[in-house]
Amino acid sequence: MAQAPGEPIGWQGATGTARATSVEVEGVRREFGSFVALDGVSLAIRPGEFLTLLGPSGCGKTTLLRILAGLDVADAGAVRIDGQDVSEIPAHRRPVNTVFQSYALFPHMTVRENVAFGLRMKKVPGTEVTQRVDRMLDLVRIATFADRKPAQLSGGQKQRVALARALINEPKVLLLDEPLGALDSKLRKELQVELLALQRRLGITFIFVTHDQEEALVMSDRIAVMRAGRIEQLGEAEEIYERPRTRFVSQFLGTCNLIEGKTVRREGLAVLVETPFGELRVEGHGAPAPPTPESPRDALTLAIRPEKVRLVSLGAAGEEGENRVPVTVRELIYIGSETHYLLDAPGGLILTAYAMNSRIGSQGFDLGQAATAVLPPAGLLVLDD
Amino acid sequence: MANKVRGKREVEIRFGERLTPARQLVRSALTSGPGILWVNVFLLVPLLAVIAMSFLTRGSYGEIGLPLTGENYTRLAGFGAFGFDPLYPLVIVRSLVLAAGTTTVCLLAGFPLAHFIVQLPPRAKQIALTLVVIPFWTNLLIRTYAWQILLGPQSLAAKAASALGLAEAGRPLYPSLGAVYLGMLAAYLPFFVLPLYSSFEKLDWSIAEAAMDLGADGRRVLRHAILPQVLPGMIAGMILVFIPAVGQFVIPDLLGGARTVLLGNAIQQQFGASRDWPFGAAIAFVGMAVVMLGLSFYARTAGRDSEEALL
Repeated sequence: MAQAPGEPIGWQGATGTARATSVEVEGVRREFGSFVALDGVSLAIRPGEFLTLLGPSGCGKTTLLRILAGLDVADAGAVRIDGQDVSEIPAHRRPVNTVFQSYALFPHMTVRENVAFGLRMKKVPGTEVTQRVDRMLDLVRIATFADRKPAQLSGGQKQRVALARALINEPKVLLLDEPLGALDSKLRKELQVELLALQRRLGITFIFVTHDQEEALVMSDRIAVMRAGRIEQLGEAEEIYERPRTRFVSQFLGTCNLIEGKTVRREGLAVLVETPFGELRVEGHGAPAPPTPESPRDALTLAIRPEKVRLVSLGAAGEEGENRVPVTVRELIYIGSETHYLLDAPGGLILTAYAMNSRIGSQGFDLGQAATAVLPPAGLLVLDD
Repeated sequence: MANKVRGKREVEIRFGERLTPARQLVRSALTSGPGILWVNVFLLVPLLAVIAMSFLTRGSYGEIGLPLTGENYTRLAGFGAFGFDPLYPLVIVRSLVLAAGTTTVCLLAGFPLAHFIVQLPPRAKQIALTLVVIPFWTNLLIRTYAWQILLGPQSLAAKAASALGLAEAGRPLYPSLGAVYLGMLAAYLPFFVLPLYSSFEKLDWSIAEAAMDLGADGRRVLRHAILPQVLPGMIAGMILVFIPAVGQFVIPDLLGGARTVLLGNAIQQQFGASRDWPFGAAIAFVGMAVVMLGLSFYARTAGRDSEEALL
């Protein structure tokens, strides 16, 4: 879903677009003393969507989740779940459930009792509770641990119990607060896949909080990148990665080369930008429209992902209109499938380039070797800030 | 850490030294020796002496001597020289009721108080805790006399009570059962609040939030998420209140009026005015035994379920 740059982020619900929303957040603000945790966040989440709130710690993502759960109260703004304003509905009557970061399992109850808790609170009859708990324990594959206490479980098992305990209530929205944060990376990857499969199967809206950009890219339908109490950019994973709109987003998701420059002139579809590397051609290809001489911006920042930078030998023939920058290899990191190069570029800048080691035999360039870095005009983005 | 040495025996290394049996002996003698000595000399020996004394006979001048007898215990059970008299069984029951009542009052007042203190901002928390502990700075007897003044005929409390029609005007609020429990509460509340407070301090609120999130209202959050977590502190507090309250007699004496005989003053009387040490020893031992039996009964029944919570 491409968005025009000026459009308010992810905000279609209130403006009457026909699309149904599962959760609507409108101008939510939350302050703790003088610290602004949420600075007017608006967000519309579709039914059955896997939405990730991504950001560094302290960006407000957990606060937003707690407000959705009813565990915290917004100072201003509204939250609607399935079209119903829930601002006045206490946590225990909201159609949402949470998987807590620390799991927060009841330590004095067995796995089975933990999972049954929500149904018991709703006074579901005993036989039905047993049936549904059994089914849920099978679904998340913890039936063998049903009679253990949480203290006797591993991190991954606890995670599954926490998930089962929330899902058994068939919430309209499941909130997950860094649920995989405490697990080692292998288990984490396994559970990512499982969680995603479960979400597809159940069709429940998932709102997932993480500070791990890779996890966000792997799992989400859409990602909301948050910073200092605001949503910086909202979009599908690929869109956020390929076309970050701000410096922060470009740096927080993956790495990005940033090049400062000034617009010079327009040349057909391309714009020429004066940079320490000389004039660079930028072709706005679905990216934010490049500045034009009619609306000149004195200073602007270009961004290019390291894997878009192509490293070629000095003498190699190039194509018409390519941006060619003379560089020398300053450092190289061989990581098997790829080699990462740090390159000394003109103007004292350092350029990062990732090259797939797809050739057979000796790979790439040596330390100190001079080479040419090719920056494809369509790979260069103009950032908003 | 056990390190394998020469593949033969497990040898423990401590402070860079191999721990041989001899060294281990010296080490434990130096570290735990004083404590063991203290407990033996100042607790176990006197206790055994009391038990032994309770089986001896009192001479005509209060001297203690043979023969060995169980008479002190039959007398305590109510079978004296003049047939059955429930005086002493009642003393024990009365003391247990007072202790149980005090524990209940402390529970009712202390639980909300501990819950309140733990939610205060750090500075206010320090002040509140200090206020809880301040009564310890004054002697119990003086505090109890202070209650007499506070409940006296001209006191604010008495005037307020008479204005509300709860008491006759111009009369003190003591001696009365209410005054006794007020005095007991004031004396024992800190013993209850401090351990409970430390349990509250360690409380994992995310578990309470999880209960809320799963549909528990306030009452059930308390029942299912908070209570199980603070149970160890609550039990510790109840034990700390109950045990000394069983032996308390100064407060009921000063605020309860007409001298009621309780375990504490019964023992005092036998060792003092009556000069009947063997009988006093028997009362002391039975009082202790009743409390110990109660605690071990508790540990066996409730303990099995809440053992993990207690640890």
